[in-house]
Amino acid sequence: MKTNDVILQTTAKVVFFIIFLFSIHIFFAGHYAPGGGFVGGLLTTGAIVLLLLAFDLRTIQQILPFNFTVMTAIGLLLALGTAAGSIFFNVPFFTHAFSDFDLPLFGHTSLHTAMLFDSGVYLVVVGSAITIIQSIGGDD
Amino acid sequence: MEFVLLIFLPVIFAILVPFVYKKIKGIHTGWFVLLVPLVLFGYYASFLPLVMDGGHAISEMKWIPSLGIAFTSYIDGLSLLFTLLITGIGSLVVLYSVFYMDREKEDLGSFYVYLLIFMTAMLGVVQSDNTMTLYLFWELTSISSFLLIGFWYTKDKSRFGALKSMMITVFGGLMMLGAFILLSIMGETFSVRELIAEAPELVSQPYFTLALVLLLLGAFTKSAQFPFYIWLPDAMEAPTPVSAYLHSATMVKAGIYLVARFTPIFGSASTWIWLVTGIGLLTLFWGSFFAVKQTDLKAILAFSTVSQLGLIMSLLGAGAISYHATAAVFGFATYAAIFHLINHAAFKGGLFMIAGIIDHETGTRDIRKLGGLMSVMPISFTVAAIGSLSMAGLPPFSGFLSKEMFLESMVALRHFELFNFDTWGILFPIVAWIASVFTFTYSMYFVLKTFIGQKKLDQLPKQPHEAPIGMLISPMILASIVILVFFIPNVVGKWIIKPAVMAIQPTLYANPSAIDIHVKAWHGFGAAGLWLTIGIVAFGTLLYLTIPKWQPLYRMQPDSLSLNNGYDAMMRGSEKGLNRVSRLYMTGKIRTYLLYMFAFMSVTIIALLFIKDAFVLDMNSFAAITLYGSLNAIVLILSVGFVVFAKSRLAAIIALGGVGYSVALFFVIFKAPDLALTQLVIETVSVALFLLAFKHLPALSTHGETKRNKMVNLIVSLSVGVMVTLVALSSHSQKMIPSISQYYKDTVKTEAAGGNIVNVILVDYRGFDTLFEIAVLAIAGIAVLGMIRLRVSRKEPTDENK
Repeated sequence: MKTNDVILQTTAKVVFFIIFLFSIHIFFAGHYAPGGGFVGGLLTTGAIVLLLLAFDLRTIQQILPFNFTVMTAIGLLLALGTAAGSIFFNVPFFTHAFSDFDLPLFGHTSLHTAMLFDSGVYLVVVGSAITIIQSIGGDD
Repeated sequence: MEFVLLIFLPVIFAILVPFVYKKIKGIHTGWFVLLVPLVLFGYYASFLPLVMDGGHAISEMKWIPSLGIAFTSYIDGLSLLFTLLITGIGSLVVLYSVFYMDREKEDLGSFYVYLLIFMTAMLGVVQSDNTMTLYLFWELTSISSFLLIGFWYTKDKSRFGALKSMMITVFGGLMMLGAFILLSIMGETFSVRELIAEAPELVSQPYFTLALVLLLLGAFTKSAQFPFYIWLPDAMEAPTPVSAYLHSATMVKAGIYLVARFTPIFGSASTWIWLVTGIGLLTLFWGSFFAVKQTDLKAILAFSTVSQLGLIMSLLGAGAISYHATAAVFGFATYAAIFHLINHAAFKGGLFMIAGIIDHETGTRDIRKLGGLMSVMPISFTVAAIGSLSMAGLPPFSGFLSKEMFLESMVALRHFELFNFDTWGILFPIVAWIASVFTFTYSMYFVLKTFIGQKKLDQLPKQPHEAPIGMLISPMILASIVILVFFIPNVVGKWIIKPAVMAIQPTLYANPSAIDIHVKAWHGFGAAGLWLTIGIVAFGTLLYLTIPKWQPLYRMQPDSLSLNNGYDAMMRGSEKGLNRVSRLYMTGKIRTYLLYMFAFMSVTIIALLFIKDAFVLDMNSFAAITLYGSLNAIVLILSVGFVVFAKSRLAAIIALGGVGYSVALFFVIFKAPDLALTQLVIETVSVALFLLAFKHLPALSTHGETKRNKMVNLIVSLSVGVMVTLVALSSHSQKMIPSISQYYKDTVKTEAAGGNIVNVILVDYRGFDTLFEIAVLAIAGIAVLGMIRLRVSRKEPTDENK
């Protein structure tokens, strides 16, 4: 049933990276500008869905050979671990920490533990969305 | 050292057991496990000198300080006695199990894990001073008992017995939780010690009697008192080491412990004395009477355990009278209860192990097939004889001493003049005496039918021979304790019993040595106990000799009237009835369930708006109507109409996407870029998802709905629409509470070092919400995966009874 749609496939190859990089940008910008882990994750999912529409499921699995269920689990662990980590510093559960650092290459950067939590959110969103799409789409 | 942590030693060791079992194949896992109870026994024994002087030790670990819940290990005479029983008998049972449980055939990993969990749970029950953690450990004993009874889960009977014990003991546990909550309401504390200190004020509280009855329900179900005892005989499907440990020496005594522990609070109430003494005696009689009916060795022991537990219970009840009467004889009853508890643990544990040995070596536990094993298994016979004679209450075994004390206490009940005891009190010694006659009879029945008489070797599945020495060590140790205690009862009394009695009746004695009780085997010819014992032996022997004549009497009780049948009928009935109820509303169609949810939601929320009178319409704060806004609204309405009336599903899906995009445009118009972004991406992904699932969905059809269905659907959807509109309007118009947004504006830089409030809310201010949302998302993803993948790989239904 799948037609060999050259225009869609060629466009998808380029657009995928644009959306993906944009999603990464949005993810990092989250704390100061519109965006964040949730939207970032959804955008990445959208990019993968675009690939999926252009190619078929098996090709996607070859291009992105991740186990998305494991990715979900890692994300959840990361989020929970960030929240639970505060216990070891004798502050209430879910207390975030932040500070400014001078990093090589990046220059003056402020780093947050909220970012770690947000990357957990990102991974869970991508992982479970793709898991759902793979299971439904792969069920022939 | 914080010895409260030691409660958790077994369960921590349990984590290692599966690895030990997997890695070290050459050595029986039991040898490693044995270390745990041995170490604990040694450690706890070091408390003996402290407790002997009436002292106590406390160690606390905070758990939920805001609710006042902590793991508190409180060691006084009573908890130390139980702790030593748990670890001491535990060591012997683990040693026995090394030889009983086959290293090759049995799943030792699971077995010892369950056993160690039980050990922690039981230590927790007897040491906890906090009622909430006491409840926690209490239920944990039920759960580990469930796992152990169902250890051979391929057998129907094991599963049935496991479930039965769980249903009954957990029911009792919940009742007990109710009692604890009532006590905490009355006394405003979870601590047992503090409750005991407040006992005089508690008596006059309105919930006092209710709490008392609920607490006793917990104790009676756990300690297998009438009519809840029915789970204990079925629990005998467990491996014999478990029966010896949980179902005779420790877990079933948790109820006794509970009654003893709470005697200072409830003991002064007449209801307590009547219930504990009365039910205890009834159980004593009932258990001993029906023990003779049984043909399975372990079933005989189970009924005898039931009856012995009743005996201890009735003694505790009689001991509580000492709050009303000064006569020393009632303090005596409590002493006898503790004394008999120790004796029972020793002789019954040994007898269970012997029953296991017989089962192991002959292949059957059916007493009708056994006989004449004395010459084949002389050591087992000796141990069994010691245990049985002690159980029957004969010298020179420890059971004789406590049995005499029991009889004396019951006779003394006649002289008590409160609560109608002067008229009904005469019943107590009579019932006690009859029950003791039957106790003697079944003790003889157990040991003589098995070991004496004709050999029936041809009926046995295996050629019997004496058990390996390792298996015999534990019962031999227990048997020697039985004899030893007879000769040094007062040493045991001084070290263990008196501190425990002191813990049960703290107000009566200044310190354990003030308890003026000296146990003697010989009281002279004038003692009532002596003549009662002689009567018991005489009548018991007579009954034993005539068993074949009167045993058919048991058949006169129709099966339909038995308690077991009642339990079965109740279980069947509730299962059927509840099935019927749930079939009323469970149609198996998602449409129906959605209807329930929406109807419920709209009705409750609209009703809430009415009750709170929340219909405030404030037009002033509305945004001005713009051209973009109205155009967008028209598009939105049109596409919603398209979704509802579309003939094909594909069109409906695309229209649904249109609805989402126009909502996103509204977010753009009203300057909510985060929401707009998220909404746009979500719409894209979900439309794609719909298209993916598209080919699996059935064609749009009416699903055979009637006019009436459609009317209901219409009403529910209208009411949901009304509800959403009302909520939107009233939430917009209500300005009773100042908005929180200013707080966010003020603190987003200083507290969270962020610039985008929406995202900072997500990850920081309300991070908990996000955490749970992603958890739900992950669960949903895994559920979809499970539903779709596992459906394909479903195999033939497996038979549990393989």
